[in-house]
Amino acid sequence: MKDLSLHILDIAQNSVKAGAKLIDVTLLENADSLVITITDDGRGMSPEFLKTVTDPFVTTRTTRKVGLGLPLYRQAAELTGGSLDIASSPGSGTTVRAVFFTGHIDCPPLGDLPATVQTLVQGAPDIDFHYRHEKCGKASRLDTREMRGALGGVPLCEAEVLNWIYESLKESEETLL
Amino acid sequence: MKTLEELKAIREKTLANIQLRTETGEDSVRIVVGMATCGIAAGARPVLAAFVEEVAKRKLANVSVTQTGCIGVCRLEPIVEVFAPGEEKVTYVKMTPEKAGRVIAEHIVNKQVVSEYTIGMNQ
Ligand SMILES: Nc1ncnc2c1ncn2[C@@H]1O[C@H](COP(=O)(O)OP(=O)(O)OP(=O)(O)O)[C@@H](O)[C@H]1O
Ligand SMILES: [Mg+2]
Repeated sequence: MKDLSLHILDIAQNSVKAGAKLIDVTLLENADSLVITITDDGRGMSPEFLKTVTDPFVTTRTTRKVGLGLPLYRQAAELTGGSLDIASSPGSGTTVRAVFFTGHIDCPPLGDLPATVQTLVQGAPDIDFHYRHEKCGKASRLDTREMRGALGGVPLCEAEVLNWIYESLKESEETLL
Repeated sequence: MKTLEELKAIREKTLANIQLRTETGEDSVRIVVGMATCGIAAGARPVLAAFVEEVAKRKLANVSVTQTGCIGVCRLEPIVEVFAPGEEKVTYVKMTPEKAGRVIAEHIVNKQVVSEYTIGMNQ
């Protein structure tokens, strides 16, 4: 994976596949670290499955024998001296928390976060997403629940709505630079 | 600043279009982009965005763009499948945003499969 926004897209897709109704993506940037937390209310994983899940041979997928998403994500975090933690229980959802040390030479760039949020909404317009990126006391955020209020019955996957998501996040991400 | 107010304007504008689309109810074409880990790593996100943008720009009312998991041939990602009524499924491989533009113009609009991008020509 070239950048963190692509990892986030991939890990949040797991939440979509797990039948989540609400997915929360939070990025917290500090002086030398970045903590990315992805929380969902999907079907969760059993403790036994959870123990093996960052092993690249574990998957419930059927088209390929190995799952790659979580092992790659863990590797990316650990290469910076950081870590990956997964908390999950069947029926109550999953939290995937990754710590990256941003000063480390192997820390991937953030990448295009607005494009990741836009892609998630495009792929699952009936799910709600809450996105928050915090840095130095400032925050960039998006909440599809608020958007639905303003949109009435217009689906989130309408091209103009997707555009609005991208432009609005691009604007607010720029204030964090 | 982008505001929620703008969404209300979008609502006014699109509700009429959505109505129109359901009324014309033409046979629909489906463009499906593989977005599993292998697809994302190979560049599927901008390919999907290009399809969404082209479909909107050309106002192709009967064309949908959706995402799916792994299509199964990781080394040929990004992979895109096109399902059109009365046509066999067409699988495009090693896609890029530029290639997406050509698929829309030639295949979706002019009904000419872009053979050189298909899986059969790339194995
Ligand atoms: N948020 C989640 N909720 C429930 N189950 C999950 C979640 N994330 C991962 N899993 C389980 O862990 C498995 C491994 O996930 P991982 O992302 O590593 O690979 P994958 O999604 O199977 O395949 P891919 O290589 O396309 O990502 C998944 O198949 C799924 O069963
Ligand atoms: Mg995955």
